Amino acid sequence: MSTAAPTDVTDVDDTPVDVTSNNVTPVDVHELAAELTTSRRLLRFATAGSVDDGKSTLVGRLLHDSKSVLSDTLDAVERTSQARGLDTLDLSLLVDGLRAEREQGITIDVAYRYFATPARTFILADTPGHVQYTRNTVTGASTADLVVILTDARTGVVNQTRRHAAVAALLGVPHLLLAVNKIDLVDYDQQVFDAIAAEFSAYAVELGIPEVTAIPISALHGDNVVTRSERIGWYTGPSVLEHLENVDLADQSTTEAVRFPVQYVIRPRSDELPDYRGYAGRVTAGTVRPGDEIVVLPSGGRSAVQSIDTADGPRDLARAGESVTLLLEDDLDLSRGDLISGVADAPEPVTEFGATITLLAERPLRRGARALLRYGTSTTRVIVTSIDGLLDIDSLTYRPAPDALALNDIAKVTLRTADALPVEDYRPGGAVGSLLIIEP
Amino acid sequence: MTLTDTTLTDTTLTDTTLTDTVALAHVTSPHLKTLESEAIHILREVAGQFDRPVILFSAGKDSVLVLHLARKAFHPAPLPFSLLHVDTGHNFPEVLEYRDRVVAQGGLRLQVAHVQDWIDDGRLAERPDGTRNPLQTVPLVDTIAAEKFDAVIGGARRDEERSRAKERIFSLRDSFGGWDPRRQRPELWGLYNGRHAPGEHVRVFPLSNWTELDVWNYIEAERIELPQIYYSHQRDVFKRGGMWLAPGDWGGPKGREVIERRTVRYRTVGDMSCTGAVESTATDVRAVIEEIIATRITERGATRADDQLGEAAMEDRKREGYF
Ligand SMILES: Nc1nc2c(ncn2[C@@H]2O[C@H](COP(=O)(O)OP(=O)(O)O)[C@@H](O)[C@H]2O)c(=O)[nH]1
Repeated sequence: MSTAAPTDVTDVDDTPVDVTSNNVTPVDVHELAAELTTSRRLLRFATAGSVDDGKSTLVGRLLHDSKSVLSDTLDAVERTSQARGLDTLDLSLLVDGLRAEREQGITIDVAYRYFATPARTFILADTPGHVQYTRNTVTGASTADLVVILTDARTGVVNQTRRHAAVAALLGVPHLLLAVNKIDLVDYDQQVFDAIAAEFSAYAVELGIPEVTAIPISALHGDNVVTRSERIGWYTGPSVLEHLENVDLADQSTTEAVRFPVQYVIRPRSDELPDYRGYAGRVTAGTVRPGDEIVVLPSGGRSAVQSIDTADGPRDLARAGESVTLLLEDDLDLSRGDLISGVADAPEPVTEFGATITLLAERPLRRGARALLRYGTSTTRVIVTSIDGLLDIDSLTYRPAPDALALNDIAKVTLRTADALPVEDYRPGGAVGSLLIIEP
Repeated sequence: MTLTDTTLTDTTLTDTTLTDTVALAHVTSPHLKTLESEAIHILREVAGQFDRPVILFSAGKDSVLVLHLARKAFHPAPLPFSLLHVDTGHNFPEVLEYRDRVVAQGGLRLQVAHVQDWIDDGRLAERPDGTRNPLQTVPLVDTIAAEKFDAVIGGARRDEERSRAKERIFSLRDSFGGWDPRRQRPELWGLYNGRHAPGEHVRVFPLSNWTELDVWNYIEAERIELPQIYYSHQRDVFKRGGMWLAPGDWGGPKGREVIERRTVRYRTVGDMSCTGAVESTATDVRAVIEEIIATRITERGATRADDQLGEAAMEDRKREGYF
């Protein structure tokens, strides 16, 4: 893209805060600032789709219509659009990041975008479309509360659509949104939309995805992206942004037994605090309170939580997602890699277990491969003792497995580790039950 | 290479400033709390996975925030990281005063790599335009190698600029400090992979998911002190390339450029020769927040001359090992 001309802020007006001269609708700044500072929840979502389905245009439109794009960025997009002879703004230019991508005109890596509305703050993982970049979809969706899957209304559900839905299902993403794009190119036809929505929902049921919302949109013209479209009168549901603002963000994890992987041991060894020994970490499941009985895994040592410490003072409880420091009643000498767990349904440490994995590296993973395994905060050596089945995306069944896995393959494997690990079933968000196999 | 140790204090000193700050703290917004917990988790992963971590500390607001979060992460123990400042020699005196005061009060360890030393012994040559921001890369990479730092913690945010949007939180650099956007590691869940070969290091960005507005809202909620130049004040400035620059040791007006007294503030702190002031009457955090929302001009677009060199300028510098 061409060199951006310096933005001369000082020439705008004598008053530095002048919203009108930047072509932004005048707003009450005090009010907006107050709105954007008040209590809001964070929604993490990812977008996925095949190349040319209009993902960049959709994301650009979301950012643009929710007024998250700054004026000098917009100026640059306008200049480039004009230079390419376009009469409308090419909003996809807002989000095509790296130079290599700009040159090839494709998105090759996960890019993160940030925007906020008075209702919520959003972190968007914008994931690339090519089949060979499925690994990026996995990365982007790993912590998502919702995945937006894009499809072209003219082609409907294609292989990539199924692959993205399957990945979202494996990762336990709680909500799926199917955006049927380019609805303008099929004359806003309800039957076309209904057929695609029905086919996708049937597939989602097979995947065990509880909730799918399908929305007909035109990213290019803005229909149903931020505001509901009058041109699609037969559709009465929410726009994409409305759905993102209102989708249920349940705290599923508060009723679960606590899990707390120890990251680091805090020992000031100072004159005032000679014996302080705190276990620093982030609660990955459940709620912890002083007095709670706990077991340390894999050693099995028992104790109780004496107190929960933070730099802001002691706490009466800590919930999943919070970074705190736990002090225990007994001197058990824990270190990084240990897991503090509630005593009820504590996982059993094992050295052999099954896992569903996807290969994110170029180099094939062979049966018998030796690598390192990261689980929670612990790292140990691992052998891939067998490859038990390779997922077929179309039939959703596991086929007899090959001797080696290739990039983007999703497979069931059996692993044997040098140290016993308190592994347990994967939970949505991956705070519990997720692992990395790292080739040395 | 000369590295001056500005302050070396016994690390067993417990500091009082942090406790003072946190007694007043009141982050209540759920999304700021989530961002805080995430950043603390990342910083603790650094302490758990690396032998020689360092925080890049320029006394700019993002690095001040990283330091604040790092001290919260290891409370009540002393900070297990040292600080590194690559000093262009063209810094605002107010910023250096702030830096040294924070270091002294907190009993922290700071190393300063002076770009001037690299110029003096010929490892670097002054640029014709006198701008030194691009010259920071070599002293940074040299110092990382000489000090064997294995984790280098920075305050960069993904919303700052487009090529940053794809940066990992743990970002591997080769022994030349270079970054290859095509060879980034997958980064899933909260499982940050800090493995690296000898000579390589990992850049760590705990504020990756913060926006400029989040940073300011958090600074307000936690009552974090910043260098005064972030707030409105009177200053002698002159206009060059569409920016208000302040004269100093680095130079001053040339030709027809004239000094004027203006009411300004800075949105970033950096090399005086290429960091522009914006006209502003925002004297406190709240006023700054309102101004940011109102002006809708990106931080870098408005004030950093060197980024305007081109869209891909930042990406090129990152490949070379810039922050
Ligand atoms: N008619 C029409 N064209 C669209 C729509 N959305 C995107 N396009 C066009 O489809 C092409 C590919 O869009 P882009 O956003 O780059 O796709 P991506 O590869 O998925 O990011 C571009 O020429 C867009 O202008 C839409 O809703 N209607």
